[in-house]
Amino acid sequence: MGSSIAVAIVNGVPKPLPSDPRRTLLDWLREDLALTGTKKGCDHGQCGACTVLVEGRRINSCLSLAQLHESDTIETIESIGSADNLSALQKAFVTHDGFQCGYCTPGQICSAKAMMQELAEGWASAQTQDLTERPLPTPEELRERMSGNLCRCGAYSNIIAALEDVIASDASLQGAQA
Amino acid sequence: MRMTLADMYNTPDERNLLDTMKQGIIGKPLDRPEGPLKVTGTATYSAEYKLDGCVEGVLVLADIPQGTVSTIHRDDVVAMPGVLAVLADEAMVRRSTQGTSGKAPAQDVQTVDYFAQPVALVVAETFEQAREAALALKIEYEGAGNPVPFDPESADAEVETPSDSKPVKGGDLEQAMRDAAFAIDVDYDTPGHASAAMEPHATIAEWQDDRLILRGSYQMLAFNVKEIADCLSISPKKVRIIAPYVGGGFGSKLGITHEAVAAAIAAKELGRPVRVVMTRQQVFQTVMRRSETRQRVRLAADAAGKLIGLGHEALVSNLPDEDFAEPVTQATEFLYGGENRLLKVEVARICRMTAGSVRAPGEAVGMQVLEAAMDELAEKAGLDPVELRKRNLPAKVPVEGTPYSSRMLVEALEQGAAQLGWDRRKPSPCQTREGDWWIGMGVASAARVNVMIPAEARVTLNADGTALVETDQTDIGTGTYAILGQIAGEMLGLPISKVRVVLGDTSLPAGAGSGGSFGAISTGSAVMRACEAIRKKLGKKLGCEGDALEITDGMASHGEKQCSLIDLLDGEDMAEIGSIKPGKTFKDFSQASYGAFFAEVGVHAFTGEVRVRRMTGAFGFGRVLNAKTARSQCLGGMVWGIGSALTEELAFDMRDGHLVNHDLAEYHVPVHADVPALDVILLEERDAAASPLQAKGVGELGICGAAGAIANAVYNACGVRVRSFPLTLDKIIPHLPDPFVSPA
Repeated sequence: MGSSIAVAIVNGVPKPLPSDPRRTLLDWLREDLALTGTKKGCDHGQCGACTVLVEGRRINSCLSLAQLHESDTIETIESIGSADNLSALQKAFVTHDGFQCGYCTPGQICSAKAMMQELAEGWASAQTQDLTERPLPTPEELRERMSGNLCRCGAYSNIIAALEDVIASDASLQGAQA
Repeated sequence: MRMTLADMYNTPDERNLLDTMKQGIIGKPLDRPEGPLKVTGTATYSAEYKLDGCVEGVLVLADIPQGTVSTIHRDDVVAMPGVLAVLADEAMVRRSTQGTSGKAPAQDVQTVDYFAQPVALVVAETFEQAREAALALKIEYEGAGNPVPFDPESADAEVETPSDSKPVKGGDLEQAMRDAAFAIDVDYDTPGHASAAMEPHATIAEWQDDRLILRGSYQMLAFNVKEIADCLSISPKKVRIIAPYVGGGFGSKLGITHEAVAAAIAAKELGRPVRVVMTRQQVFQTVMRRSETRQRVRLAADAAGKLIGLGHEALVSNLPDEDFAEPVTQATEFLYGGENRLLKVEVARICRMTAGSVRAPGEAVGMQVLEAAMDELAEKAGLDPVELRKRNLPAKVPVEGTPYSSRMLVEALEQGAAQLGWDRRKPSPCQTREGDWWIGMGVASAARVNVMIPAEARVTLNADGTALVETDQTDIGTGTYAILGQIAGEMLGLPISKVRVVLGDTSLPAGAGSGGSFGAISTGSAVMRACEAIRKKLGKKLGCEGDALEITDGMASHGEKQCSLIDLLDGEDMAEIGSIKPGKTFKDFSQASYGAFFAEVGVHAFTGEVRVRRMTGAFGFGRVLNAKTARSQCLGGMVWGIGSALTEELAFDMRDGHLVNHDLAEYHVPVHADVPALDVILLEERDAAASPLQAKGVGELGICGAAGAIANAVYNACGVRVRSFPLTLDKIIPHLPDPFVSPA
């Protein structure tokens, strides 16, 4: 692999991939690119704190090696909004207190962003009753689809309230008829 | 600068100053001021500081349960790429430090006390290099001559009465059991639990000459400074800890742990900053576990369902020589009546990682069992479980005779019952079926002792009319940034936008730290007292007493006189340090936060799967300082209750004491799908004995009893009484009624 010139597009900017093949996507983001908004909670794909978007889909960045992402488009929490210019989703998390310690939060938000897209595209989940209809963003659907993101502070109810709030204000996320 | 008000909280402050203030922000559900940083990933946690020349350390854990290290094959590893050092310094710690210890824990990692104890640190230029070298390091051991057993129930396990836990004895419990119209004598057990905070323990250590700076993830910085200094035999004055954001603690970060000491030693040795981040597996294996418990509860009630006797005895465990023993009966001492009583905790000495504080030590497991036993008594006595509890609230603490400061338990029971629709509950099990699900409801009381510990905070009223609150108090998700700002804003008559709170740095006055639900009332009281001293000075400038001063939105007034704070300050900042220490009010009154849990569950008629469908918690904990963050604390506790009722359990291999499920895939904390929309009712209360704020602790109340309500609901749903937590399917299926027989 031509690692010296291989790049991935991180938050819109081409970044040279690391030379050490052992470096995970997560460690590359955190250590080499100083994008520490993406968190390491378990390093084994068990907690979701490291969730980022690769080509628009959510993945656990701890389970993927950085060198595998040549030419990939990667979006991290840093691209979703800034402290003085929060996205609607981030604002809703603040308003509904969808976090306490804040460590799982960037992962929850990245995950939620992709999850809402999956719902809008009609992806089914274990909670989806009728596979021929587009699933609706019910609390049960949201909980099922967010269950890869652990929150030990137990902010789950507030996170779901934040998601419902965002979905209610955006018709494209509400699951129109198939 | 030191204020003159007495530090010790000896008499209840009945002035209730916060209610006389006019700004109107105390208690309001304001957003966390640090929220925008947390939701954008720009709040900086322990491992996220970039220091020039910083290198990476990885801990190496023992793969034997006990013995001594005989040989470390350093040379093979030191030759690997990037490796800088292999350390097994005698100052490194082999156990986690107990909360509020302020001293070094057991040191010298050549001795192995439990399976997976850290025994060495490998340092390399990069994390990948250090990890590979740590995996390659070969260590030889000699076995222990006189091994300690792995099982607390083993006949070889030495059982002691812990040094700081005296049994409570009153009257004659045996006789009360014989005299009782209704008696319950049951054994329950609860498994070990892990804190499992989302941010793994991490430290970056840096020496500047003889001064040590730690950026790390800790709960109680003033104690942690003393602990690390004692470990390294240096003066605490030479240590600074910086921890503005902490990714959860739940007890596991109360005391200094392995990675901090190892990082400090390595940084000294190498003359470079060293970062050590524990892996998730290492956190599970080496920091505090909550002890498993076996509990015997005896309840003796008269014909009216009033308790005449109460017994609560527990067996817990810890390593030899540890003072901490899970205080299982802590709330049983004051919650219900029954003068004939025996409450006792014993500790078995076993070979597992250190047992210590995990969220709500004592009540978290003691209350869930007591409340399950109360449900058994209610059934036997033919009483509604809510009514049984209301009948058994004593006027004074049994045996001791101490009065209660305040107690909102009856209100919590009544409002919680109304919210959940308790009147729809069927008194006997297996009466409600929806499809394949048995439906039932359960109740439990909540109680958690209120504690204050010494705290200081500095408040500066700046000449520009803004205020700055500074203390080394941590915010581990508790809402400290929010509530300290609200206290200062209310006291100084400033909108919240004019108040800035700086936390988590030991160069600032020493707050209480986060633990035992005492952070808010202790450090919050210190902030309030600093503000009081500022008000006194402001009053003098306006010609009145501090208490008589009215300040709103930066405008001070007294009678006809009115003046903006900026004009009053006239270009000068005004800074005061407030402080508080627990005093006589904690001896004169029994102080606790109270509440009630109501749960509705479904139990699958074929598989025994339990789903919490709805849950309500009603809580009284004195003044609510911020209705949003307090509610979140309660929600979080209830989620922990769901975990300890249904899924959480540390599983140890009895052959070598190793923790089998040492990660988040196998130790099951609740996930989104396990948690329904939870209701929280915050009861208005004022408790002058608890703190000048009139507030009590809330951080742990939401877990204390919650699992009992769920277990009671399971019984009410399907008639299966499980006396071993968690209520996993295997314990339910064998006892389920015939799923094909519908309720009458």
